[in-house]
Amino acid sequence: MQIQIKKFYYGDIPEEKSSAPSTPVTRDEHEWPLWEVFIRSKQGLDHKHVGSLHATDAEMAIKNARDVYTRRQEGISIWVVESKNLHASNPDDAAMLYDPAADKIYRHPSFYNLPEEVKHM
Amino acid sequence: MNAHLDYVLHLADTTLVLAQRNSEWCGHGPILEQDIAITNISLDLLGQARNYYQHAASLINTANPNAQADEDSLAYLRDEREFKNPLLVELEKGDWAKTTLRQFLFSVFQDLQLKRLLHSTDTQIAAIAEKSLKETAYHIAWSSEWVIRLGDGTPESHSRMVTALNEVWEFTGGLFVPAPYELQLAGTIAADVSQLEKPWTETVSNVLEEATLSLPGKTFMQQSGKTGIHTEAMGYILAEMQSLKRSLPTATW
Repeated sequence: MQIQIKKFYYGDIPEEKSSAPSTPVTRDEHEWPLWEVFIRSKQGLDHKHVGSLHATDAEMAIKNARDVYTRRQEGISIWVVESKNLHASNPDDAAMLYDPAADKIYRHPSFYNLPEEVKHM
Repeated sequence: MNAHLDYVLHLADTTLVLAQRNSEWCGHGPILEQDIAITNISLDLLGQARNYYQHAASLINTANPNAQADEDSLAYLRDEREFKNPLLVELEKGDWAKTTLRQFLFSVFQDLQLKRLLHSTDTQIAAIAEKSLKETAYHIAWSSEWVIRLGDGTPESHSRMVTALNEVWEFTGGLFVPAPYELQLAGTIAADVSQLEKPWTETVSNVLEEATLSLPGKTFMQQSGKTGIHTEAMGYILAEMQSLKRSLPTATW
């Protein structure tokens, strides 16, 4: 049995601007779901996206992430999220989304006068 | 002294042979992520084997300064009858059900054994045990999940687990029968494996129950591996593992 998945994986967003892919990704039901992996390093405070992998459920995804992405002591904490639950902005919308911020330098805190008492800002 | 050396070699051979068996999956795992998982476990076991062989070599070289033993000579230049691993670890890897089930049955045993070896009067063994226990905890978690997943999975995965259990079970009893060198050292350098059967059976039956598999009843148990008498599978492992070193003794990486 073939199931149809209307899902863009990151980097896979097609040329058309439409939110639905013109040719749906088909996937064999025996293929395991894709998961995105986030690892927190010993020094870091944040979990960073490191890649993706296949697993049948969250528990296996964490174990697989441990085996695939922390073999060289890359991290001390793992997050996984099923890829279909991640929604990405469309690169074609970049102009609309990000360019308007370019001329609004007053949003940076450098224009505010700080009181004498506040040091090391 | 001989019993001491035999015991360290027994620990070394056990981990090396299972490492070799699991490494046969390298490039053949059911899925990339699990291919990496099983070869990681293989590398953990190989690392433990190296620690034990290095220790064994230093025991040999201390007793006889001209011996020039090292980890490679012990792994590659000994013959089948000198290998002291239990039969369970030398069995063919079979399908994924058999591999994960064997790993589970072994890891639960190894965990119990290593916990006792933390108190070994040989401090080197105690140190290796401490390092290995963290690895073994993961091996149990990983393999028990697979036993449950396949046992309590589809009709096909369940029947493969049942077949694996029937194939492997008679080779588990030998784990708990001490070899003469173990008897001699039990409670000092060695762990008393005869005490481990009860807690092992408890853990194993809990997982098998969750996997909807039934614990096999009392049956004849093969016992010979630790004294050097092996199954027909053993010669093939050694042939594959040792042939390069034996035909090209000076080859290096």
